[in-house]
Amino acid sequence: MSIAELFRGLRWYLREFSGESRYDHYLARHRRLHPDQPVMTPSEFERWRSKLAENQPATRCC
Amino acid sequence: MTNLSTLRISTRSVLMWTTVAVVSASAWGVLALSRGERISAIWLLAAALGSYAIAYRFYARFIARRVLQVDDRRATPAERLDNGIDYHPTDRRVLFGHHFAAIAGAGPLVGPVLAAQMGYLPGTLWIVVGVIFAGAVQDMITLFFSMRRDGRSLGQMAREEIGPIGGAAALIAVFAIMIILLAVLALVVVNALARSPWGTFSIAMTIPIALFMGYYLRMLRPGKVIETTLIGVGLLLLAIIAGGWVEGSSWAGAFTLRPQTLVICVIIYGFAASVLPVWMLLAPRDYLSTFMKIGTIVLLAISVAVAAPVLQNQAFSEFAFSGDGPVFAGGLFPFVFIVIACGALSGFHSLIASGTTPKMIQKESQVRMIGYGAMLMESFVAIMALIAASIIDPGLYYAMNAPAGLLGTTVESASAAVNNLGFTITPDALAGAAAAVGEDTLIARTGGAPTLAIGMSEIFAGVFGGAALKAFWYHFAIMFEALFILTTVDAGTRVGRFMLQDTLGNVYRPLGQLSWKPGLWATSTAVVGAWGYFLYTGVTNPLGGINQLFPLFGIANQLLAAVALTVCTTLLIKSGRARWGWVTIVPLTWVVAVTLTASWQKIFSSDPELGFFAQAARFSTALEQGRWIAPANNRDDMVAVVTNSTVCGVLSLLFAVLISVVIVDAARVWVRALRSSVRLPSTEAPFVESKIVAAAGLIATDEERRALAGAGPVANGASHEHR
Repeated sequence: MSIAELFRGLRWYLREFSGESRYDHYLARHRRLHPDQPVMTPSEFERWRSKLAENQPATRCC
Repeated sequence: MTNLSTLRISTRSVLMWTTVAVVSASAWGVLALSRGERISAIWLLAAALGSYAIAYRFYARFIARRVLQVDDRRATPAERLDNGIDYHPTDRRVLFGHHFAAIAGAGPLVGPVLAAQMGYLPGTLWIVVGVIFAGAVQDMITLFFSMRRDGRSLGQMAREEIGPIGGAAALIAVFAIMIILLAVLALVVVNALARSPWGTFSIAMTIPIALFMGYYLRMLRPGKVIETTLIGVGLLLLAIIAGGWVEGSSWAGAFTLRPQTLVICVIIYGFAASVLPVWMLLAPRDYLSTFMKIGTIVLLAISVAVAAPVLQNQAFSEFAFSGDGPVFAGGLFPFVFIVIACGALSGFHSLIASGTTPKMIQKESQVRMIGYGAMLMESFVAIMALIAASIIDPGLYYAMNAPAGLLGTTVESASAAVNNLGFTITPDALAGAAAAVGEDTLIARTGGAPTLAIGMSEIFAGVFGGAALKAFWYHFAIMFEALFILTTVDAGTRVGRFMLQDTLGNVYRPLGQLSWKPGLWATSTAVVGAWGYFLYTGVTNPLGGINQLFPLFGIANQLLAAVALTVCTTLLIKSGRARWGWVTIVPLTWVVAVTLTASWQKIFSSDPELGFFAQAARFSTALEQGRWIAPANNRDDMVAVVTNSTVCGVLSLLFAVLISVVIVDAARVWVRALRSSVRLPSTEAPFVESKIVAAAGLIATDEERRALAGAGPVANGASHEHR
């Protein structure tokens, strides 16, 4: 594995783990399932998502 | 599974696993045979890591293949119900990270520090053996059965698979445990910050930092989580450094708070965080705390390996046998197994293993890596905490962890008290240890966090920066713990609020509506009030709050583990896997023996140090005669002890009754299932064929790589396999 590959892998992991790539996944999914409908902007997407998070608390353990 | 190539064991594999076994066994040998001489912490690491590797390779694989019979042809709920929100197939390595971040918190850090009172060996043995045969098994099997049921929660599974009585008992247990957990964790933070302007300032700053991050992420750079987190972490480090300046400035007075004041601050914070929008405070704090948690754990692992500190603690202390140690009362059995819950066996994990994680798994076989593997990692964190507590001078350890009533307030009185316990620390050494980390005093800084911070600062300072940076590392460690404890407190208060709204909604409908503000405030107040009560009594208890409450927390957590293992056993039996029932029945029997013995002693022991009711009786008799018993020195203290001990005793009794109800109710189902000639009804989702191709373990095997290459990127989702 080259240094560049390692770096790409690390960047991929960080984006996936932190949730930064969520919008990309949303876009890919939206284009696949509803190609004819308008998409949310990143800002609209974040608001929509935080509204959902309001009622789905992530349990954190001890 | 049916492939012959996987059945044939290669010579290389045999050689490798023989080496791992020999190294691990030798390390255990060194730990077992060293008496009276100081040994390196490396032996602890080697013994633990070797045991984990063998357990993961052999036992976890056996459970996955033989007991659970994981089936990768079967679509997981993430695949079948994919909605892009809570159900979505997530790469196993990413999900491992999420699951680990959700299960690991302050628990594995605090318990082992307190258990170091018994010496390092009892704790180490329980952490390693417990995780292999109980903790990781519970997490993995709960995850598996919840995954087979579309991610149902533990409470739902208890109700559906055992019955309404067992289900209700399980639900009450979950709620009660949550309250005790939140109170104990908040108590750890309060004890760490009391009279410490440096720590209090740094932690207080995390609130404006989080608010700023929330605003930045919502208004300025939507979705840029990594960038926002890096800015937040930068500000956080600045806040730690600035804490040192505050301590030396005229502001110090404003941030030097009594424990009682801090309790009020934490209660107000907990309430605010549970009613404010998630994006404002909770989400950004979660980013910060996750980053700090993972970063610090990695840093600690590297530092322990590089610094290879020498253990100062004994293998077994005399308190292991006498049962009258100052940190917590009670003998080795059952109390080591109660005080160390997280890291060996933590019932709370079953709430995470049933709920969020099972809805995101791509492949059934990944329950081994995510359920069993993440728990092994938490166990490793507990081992590091035990090392950190065992490398500090035992005299200092007792000066920090014995209750204030015993130690007094001056270095002279504390030094004398430690000498009485059979350890030595001079008043100068005690004052010097406090000065070295930039604190006024270290006397009776109970709760485990300050002790861990001292140990961590020694380890870190040994690798980076030497003595000059010790104060920074101490407050870094305090920050690291306080940050994610407070995140647990606000997330936990929210979860508790939902549970209460859900339950009370059955009685008075509007309360169940999540958007109805008065209901939201009322239930939040109830939850905050409940843990706030225990927190306040913990702080004002003259006998030392941690000493009283931590065993109760351990009992509660183990009780929840018993509930989870009972549900798992029920499901194993009902699904025709009864011949493998021992996999969960053995740890279940153990944990029930431990919790019921501990509860029995806490309720019925005539020793007032141990039994809650004996303690209440002793103090109330004295009160009637108008006497005070040390460490209480006024009437209010005496009344406080009587009330606290009675409340704790009643709770112990409640927990013992709940666990008995769940088990008896479940045993009824076991007998029925074993006698029945047909399978009893269960709620397993029907088989649907899977289209996803994904690897099972951390590193894809050659065979899996070929399958992945054949599947192409679409079926493979967002996965990213290196080739």
